[in-house]
Amino acid sequence: MIRFVINRFVYMVLTMAAVSVVAFVLIQLPPGDFADSYANKRQQAGAPITAEELDNMRHQLGIDRPWFVQYGKWVSNMVLEGDMGYSWEWRRPVTDLIGERLPLTLLLAFSTLILMYVVAIPIGIYSAVRQYSATDHIFSTVGYVGLATPNFLLALILMYLGQRWFGQSVGGLFSPEYQDAPWSWPRVVNLMEHLWVPVVVLGTAGTAYLIRTIRASTLDELDKMYVMAARAGGISPMRLLLKYPVRMALNPIVATLGWRLTYVISGAPIVGVVMSLPDTGPLFLHALLNQDMYLAGGMVLIYCAFTIIGTFISDLLLVLLDPRIRMEGQA
Amino acid sequence: MTAPVQAISLRKGRLKRPEMATQWQLMWWKFKKHHMALVGMSLLAAFVFSAVFAEFLSPAVPSERNNSYLASGPMGIHFFDAEWDFHARPFVYARTTKRDPVTLRKLSVVDESNHWPIEFFVRGSTYKFWGLFETDIHLFGAKGGFIHLFGTDTLGRDVFTRTLHATRVSLSVGLAGVSFAFILGAIIGGIAGYFGGMIDNAIMRLIEFIRSVPSLPLWLALSAALPREWSSFQVYLAITVILALIGWTHLARTVRSKLLALREEDFTLAARLSGCTDMRIILRHLLPAFMSYMIVDVTIAFPEILLAETSLSFLGLGLREPVESWGVLLYAAQNVRSIAHMPWLLIPGLFVVFAVLAFNFVGDGMRDAADPYSK
Repeated sequence: MIRFVINRFVYMVLTMAAVSVVAFVLIQLPPGDFADSYANKRQQAGAPITAEELDNMRHQLGIDRPWFVQYGKWVSNMVLEGDMGYSWEWRRPVTDLIGERLPLTLLLAFSTLILMYVVAIPIGIYSAVRQYSATDHIFSTVGYVGLATPNFLLALILMYLGQRWFGQSVGGLFSPEYQDAPWSWPRVVNLMEHLWVPVVVLGTAGTAYLIRTIRASTLDELDKMYVMAARAGGISPMRLLLKYPVRMALNPIVATLGWRLTYVISGAPIVGVVMSLPDTGPLFLHALLNQDMYLAGGMVLIYCAFTIIGTFISDLLLVLLDPRIRMEGQA
Repeated sequence: MTAPVQAISLRKGRLKRPEMATQWQLMWWKFKKHHMALVGMSLLAAFVFSAVFAEFLSPAVPSERNNSYLASGPMGIHFFDAEWDFHARPFVYARTTKRDPVTLRKLSVVDESNHWPIEFFVRGSTYKFWGLFETDIHLFGAKGGFIHLFGTDTLGRDVFTRTLHATRVSLSVGLAGVSFAFILGAIIGGIAGYFGGMIDNAIMRLIEFIRSVPSLPLWLALSAALPREWSSFQVYLAITVILALIGWTHLARTVRSKLLALREEDFTLAARLSGCTDMRIILRHLLPAFMSYMIVDVTIAFPEILLAETSLSFLGLGLREPVESWGVLLYAAQNVRSIAHMPWLLIPGLFVVFAVLAFNFVGDGMRDAADPYSK
């Protein structure tokens, strides 16, 4: 058990290291460096920059040094001082920019995750127990369509319908009067009123997928002999269902929790952009479109970090749930 | 003397002899039982057909601007006119332009007294069919006027025409991406499965790593890093490669696990004992045995790649004009204001949904059929 946890922890740290390399490569990838694009901007503004100034700037930014020195500096700054570089587009540190908007992204991701499981587990079990019933068919149809609709299209359609029938803008997370207001109870309520739309958008495909998985794994378990034995023993149907097949069917669900989180985090930026949420999505897209790579690379790193930590947690949960893994290596 | 009789009844499909059928025949029988898969298959055939004959099927050419029908909605096809008289030849109502007295914007007004009958094989704008020969014959058109089945965008371009042409690009990008992913997955998975040991372990860790990283932000960042001055064709190629990088991990896993399992089978041992070379064993004995599984995986990877391309292009980080894909068309519908005025710009999105649905159905059917011996 302890060995398993240590094993997964080491794996998590290694993955983080690999991700940081990927993020750094992304930062370096666009041709030309920041000094070039700055020189370009000055040129267009009619105030060209001299070659000497350019070199000074390169030296000051440290971009004239070899890549591994730059990488080392980037990582050590990040780990030791929590400094992820400077966004030249915003003229502010990356950490500040991300820190401002990250809580909302996290709120969104976790609300979505919770909604997905709360909705999918009962529906999946019900569909398995009442296989081929009308309800089962309805849920499968909805599921198929949900899986096939790109997140942003769903967001656009919901926004269109909201505009059309409720005359309200469903974009954003606050009504105008609460936009800059300090935190208060009405503001929280207002946030909740707006939050459900992006949560539904983000969660639909994942919920559809989860329902399918739960249905399939519950169906597998329902046919097993031990279920028949328990039934023959006279346990009430509900108790039987929850105690044996459902408990078994939950294993793959918990095991893939990390992937679900990856999926939600992956979809979050695009939904944020379409619905103009004040979360990290628009910030990320803006950074990408302007090749503001320190910000973009930092965001990739943060997004990855959350999914990696999520995977670690889901591994731990699986250990708690499934004794077979707990016993592994002890026998 | 019984042989010809049997052959005939086999052709009629009345007598199914599982013990005589080939592997692929068994698979087809199993696939046919999956009704939704057949529906998906026909839907895909329709998509491919309209992609191949896009120029001919569309009433206009994609760049054509209709200045008297700017940003206006779909035109309905009618069989009955305002007086409820039946017309054997369907028609659209004529449109006239007027200026809005307040905003002075050009408006298009329905003129119910005038009909534009729909005719087939009409002459319209010239185009080069498959880049081979010039012609001006379109499958259908409205005589005396114009027809916009899905409306027009702000420049007056026909959304229906553009959607058909985008079908070609979207499917071809998907196909190219999937093929590339297929090759990548087969080679890397093959290496892992064949050599095993350390190499296998390293490749499996790599795949695990890629799958645990949120894909969309990473691919967005990759495509944002493409040089701005690249031509749209270069971008097209680059996007294909980026899309392939999404799809290969699954395929590689399948190839590896099947290779590992089949390596231990008796027939492989028999082939080795008969003195077959490694290459011959792989190509003649192993590959046919897991080909069906790879086809399943490709079918499953296709919608994933399709959705990724659409999302990238929708955000303005994928393909760009003048190349048109479904995602590029949806780029115009990015904000609430434009979809509130022109909801028909979302129609290409429905094509995406239907294409992905079709692929998912076919994939489900194929997954069941890939192992025809299971019940």
